[in-house]
Amino acid sequence: MSETMQQTAEPVLEIRNLSIDYPISIGTVGAVEKVSFDLYKGEALGLVGESGCGKSTLGLSILKLVRPPGKITGGQILYKGRDIVSMRDRQILKLRGQNIAMAFQNPLTSLNPLFRIDRQFLETIHQHEPGINKSEALKLAEAILEELGIEPSRLYEYPHQLSGGMRQRIMLGLGLIMNPDIIVADEPTTSLDVIVEAGFIDLLNRLRGRYNLSILLITHNLGLVAEIADRVAVMYAGKIVEIGGADKIFHDPLHPYTYGLINCVPNIRLDQEELVTMPGNPPDLVNPPAGCRFSPRCPKVMDICRVQEPELKAPAAVQGTGQLSDQTSGAGSDTARRVTACWLYQVKGAE
Amino acid sequence: MSAEVKSSSERNIRARFSPAGILGKPFRGLILVSRKYGAEWWIMIAGALIVSFMIIVAVFPAVFAPYGPLDQEAGGQLMPPQPGYPFGTDNLHRDVLSRVIFGARTILGVAFAAAILSSAIGIPLGLLSGFVGGILDRILSLIMDSVYSFPGLILAIAFAAMLGPGVVNITLAVAVIYIPTYFRMVRGQTLSIREEVYVEAARAIGARRWVILLQYIFPNVIASVVVIFSINIADAILTEAALSYIGLGLPAGIPDWGMDLSMGKKFLPSGTWWMITFPGAAISLLALGFTMLGEGLAEILNPRLLER
Repeated sequence: MSETMQQTAEPVLEIRNLSIDYPISIGTVGAVEKVSFDLYKGEALGLVGESGCGKSTLGLSILKLVRPPGKITGGQILYKGRDIVSMRDRQILKLRGQNIAMAFQNPLTSLNPLFRIDRQFLETIHQHEPGINKSEALKLAEAILEELGIEPSRLYEYPHQLSGGMRQRIMLGLGLIMNPDIIVADEPTTSLDVIVEAGFIDLLNRLRGRYNLSILLITHNLGLVAEIADRVAVMYAGKIVEIGGADKIFHDPLHPYTYGLINCVPNIRLDQEELVTMPGNPPDLVNPPAGCRFSPRCPKVMDICRVQEPELKAPAAVQGTGQLSDQTSGAGSDTARRVTACWLYQVKGAE
Repeated sequence: MSAEVKSSSERNIRARFSPAGILGKPFRGLILVSRKYGAEWWIMIAGALIVSFMIIVAVFPAVFAPYGPLDQEAGGQLMPPQPGYPFGTDNLHRDVLSRVIFGARTILGVAFAAAILSSAIGIPLGLLSGFVGGILDRILSLIMDSVYSFPGLILAIAFAAMLGPGVVNITLAVAVIYIPTYFRMVRGQTLSIREEVYVEAARAIGARRWVILLQYIFPNVIASVVVIFSINIADAILTEAALSYIGLGLPAGIPDWGMDLSMGKKFLPSGTWWMITFPGAAISLLALGFTMLGEGLAEILNPRLLER
């Protein structure tokens, strides 16, 4: 896996210091705070975190779909070097669907109930390629339906005649028909049952291989992430606290929040006596805690954590608990680089 | 157990003497439909029958009317209903039946034109206001709410008095007071449909704003407008009749139910009941027809949509 990642270490999406605020009556919610990460070609990056940590807002911002009063207040989103944040509306319309597609949480309501599937495909195609004629466009749509494992004749039915799984696949098909490079999947399987979910995961993986798609998978479902993602970014209270290869994150989490998050998932095999829960609640984002935002809940909190905010960087040394298994930071490959924002792994104090 | 037996035998009897059994084949489809869907279908069908009958009469008045509406030599003066003059005659020797028949055309024409006009203004403004939001929404809502807060008839009287009599003017006066009905309805629906996932999804696919408005929001709003339209016509009929009753409506040469009412009122004390009864009944029947059609449709299209 790491070999394929190394060959294609070319970022299609670079997010730099992105901040998104929601002004509300009692102040400003910093839903996303100076977030930076890269999405490489052909990789699947899982973005995980609790509800309300800003991951969906981040996903929407990539297509500049953040709804007012939400606003991107700083930073850049570079798609192949072009900044989406400063782009004109017209350019963004072109980008949406054609270069970057999105799959939504709720497949049952994400198709226009009044139009047949064929019309929805035609509209999408004409949106981006007005020149293409109808029969050709329909052929394209039929081909993609086949790819998704749906009989082409279903194209001439209305959304309510299709099952939830089919609708989710059709949504994906609408996103994929213009051959995008990136697909942002925001909780794509939340309302599907596990069997349909498994099928959907297979499909995503297959499509990724076939079209060299980059997937940004936004979810709180760690099982889903383990199934698809090459790398995982963990988000807490609007900030990314750890990024690394999926194996590393799951087997050797560095940040105490990541550790807690992974341990919260009930495990059938391990015979846990009790469900592990994380104490406390996510912080108030209007008045975030000083220093590290996780410090009020952190079991390994130190004095410095409450005062100064740690930077997101490669772990230098391990404070306290044992050794850092096989120094992951280097290893030549950019994409496998592991970073975390935690004082446990950083030299204390900025002079 | 005995209750069950009784109810099943009751059902048998009812089946035998049901309207389907009596009326036989031609109406079976209609009756099956009504049994499947219940009372609202009967209401809608009854409303539709009344309305279509009135429309036919209004479109071809000459076929039904024995005399012209302005014919002052139709019969004697103030003749009570009798063979040849089923609705009697008025003080100017005119046949009341013929006046009622020709009057249908006036009132239906004005009511339809007014409803079309107010929906043609109210629907686009509501869509725009709900979709664009912001300051435009504030301003439009404020204007519409202030129009809406007037009692409709008073406002119509004010407009009619300002514009003077005439078919076009009365249509305008009636139309103005119903614009907010459409506006509020469409704006509310737009606000809720705007938040649907499929609208968000359309945005993510790269649909332009006007495509989203016309293809994704408008078709999903229009179903509820149909209902409003029908109930609105019923209301417009009453308003038109009221305006012409108080003499703010139409010039004297046009046969009109409201005007006949006010004329008939003068002769009522002398026992001439037919001049006021028949136009009045026609107004009630027509308004009832449209209301039944609208309410029936509302129940059928969306059970949650009865509030107006």
